[in-house]
Amino acid sequence: MRIHLKIKRYHPEWDREPQLKDYYLDIRSDLTVLETLIQLKEEEEGGLALRYSCRSAICGSCTMRINGSEKLACQTSVREEYERFEALKIEPLSNAPVIKDLVVDQAPFWGKLGEVSPWLHSEILKETPADQAGFPKEAFNEFHNVDACIMCGACASACNSLEVSSGFMGPAALAKAYRFVADPREAGQEKKKRLRALVEPNGIWDCVRCNFCVEVCPKDVKPMEAIIRLRREALKAGLGDSPAGRHITAFVNIVKKEGRLNEGLQPLKMLWKSPEKLLQVFPLALKMWVRGKLPFIWHWPIKGIRSIRKIFKVRGF
Amino acid sequence: MKYAFYTGCAAKGATPELYVSTRLVTQKLEMELVELKSAACCGAGVITEADPELAIALNARTFALAEAEGLDLMTICGTCQGVMAQINKQLKEDSELLKRINVYLEKEGLHYKGTVKVKHFLWILLDDIGVDRLKTYVTHPLRNLKIAPFYGCYILRPSSALGYDDPNQPTSLETVIEALGGEAVDYEGRNKCCGFPVILENPDIGLAMSGKRLEEAKTARADVMVTPCPLCHMNLDLQQERVEKHIGKPFEMPVLHLPQLAGLAMGFSPVDMQMMRHFVPVASLISKLQT
Repeated sequence: MRIHLKIKRYHPEWDREPQLKDYYLDIRSDLTVLETLIQLKEEEEGGLALRYSCRSAICGSCTMRINGSEKLACQTSVREEYERFEALKIEPLSNAPVIKDLVVDQAPFWGKLGEVSPWLHSEILKETPADQAGFPKEAFNEFHNVDACIMCGACASACNSLEVSSGFMGPAALAKAYRFVADPREAGQEKKKRLRALVEPNGIWDCVRCNFCVEVCPKDVKPMEAIIRLRREALKAGLGDSPAGRHITAFVNIVKKEGRLNEGLQPLKMLWKSPEKLLQVFPLALKMWVRGKLPFIWHWPIKGIRSIRKIFKVRGF
Repeated sequence: MKYAFYTGCAAKGATPELYVSTRLVTQKLEMELVELKSAACCGAGVITEADPELAIALNARTFALAEAEGLDLMTICGTCQGVMAQINKQLKEDSELLKRINVYLEKEGLHYKGTVKVKHFLWILLDDIGVDRLKTYVTHPLRNLKIAPFYGCYILRPSSALGYDDPNQPTSLETVIEALGGEAVDYEGRNKCCGFPVILENPDIGLAMSGKRLEEAKTARADVMVTPCPLCHMNLDLQQERVEKHIGKPFEMPVLHLPQLAGLAMGFSPVDMQMMRHFVPVASLISKLQT
């Protein structure tokens, strides 16, 4: 089949900014995007820079944006992309500086993974091998999907928070952090130390739960799910005394009391210990009130509240 | 066409214009709504953070209320849609979970069998009413109007549970906009996050994100944005002045709820659609509508 490729090219010494270039190529219809790019390199465009290694969806090197979404080039079929989008647009990963063409600088990504000290802080293992340490296998089910991570960087490229806040640790590093917080071989105080670092700025509270990381992950790691679990662990460990932590506790309390969220009360309950943040939203609240958009801070509960409260009670709230 | 109507919290709180416009527009479309007044908040993904089983039980209760009416559920909030679709999928696929959750509902005499479909108003417009019939209600086509569709996150992702649109190349809002006689503009961030979830605790991220979406829509020469999610509406409309100060650029971009946009095309006035409750002035939009 003859295909039309649009590839984002960038040579830092020659180009002021990246530009999309068109290529036309005759290929076998069963090729992957990676095989197609290699053919293009061999036949027409030797200067095209891209990373790849295993060609089997194991090494995570060939992640790129294919028709607007992060994918492993080695497991993406050209024919399927063409049938779905009638085009093949190829760009480097986002949220990372481009070194050349499709190659980005992964140093910040690896740096953040390093920051969560991705190894067990455990004395037990020095004496007993892991398989004899007496931990139930089910305990490992909690995080086995995170172990499937091949660190391809798709999630970091798709992350909406990273796009506006480059300091954010990002989905891959936080998922890895969860893997160790959930590991039964690490002692409670070690976990708390980890969680204490993770509730700092740029940590777990900066995720907007947009689900992009879940959507693009080629190994179904579900990083956002891991971040949500970390938030739950942080609350359990008594580390929820912040506007972000109170976002959850206040929300739950209000729904328990009224059956529905009260947008007048929620900011007060979240921000009363941070007067400067409360002052920032106060003019907005006043304008909302004038337009009849702010519920009173005390509200009649909805019909059915007794049954709703019973469910909260059974769940320990 | 009859649905169990789940309003969500925002339509009864900070975005009352969404409730009013939905009521008027659905009436005109001859849809019958049975409002589930005793249904609890869906949890917006926040209750799940504290206790997933609590969030599942609260939503199962809502589904059971709709099932008792023998009706499918209509949502008007992208966030409610996302949360409920995920939980409904879990309950339908895991009979053990369904059994366990039903124990919480027994005391109230409720039971969820797992038969309810949860549909956003946007999907109902396209699937149950259909583009052809929708067009017959359009008396004031939105000619001259460049409209930026803004989906937000939860109505699209995770696509394994939502499954209506392609999360990268969604088309449903565009289809509705064109049926209403408007022109849908294409821009980068229409399927991305508005920043609402962190606006109170982390305004730097919340405002920057909203700013990006507004800037992208502005660059695409949109006259107005439209969203199926009231939480996106809050971050794009209520917070727009703060966003402008934060990134130092003016936008003056009116943002409409989907039922408001449909209502304007069906001949309702901006006052009927309660557009005076918006923070960003809508005068420029109204004058464009009249030309």
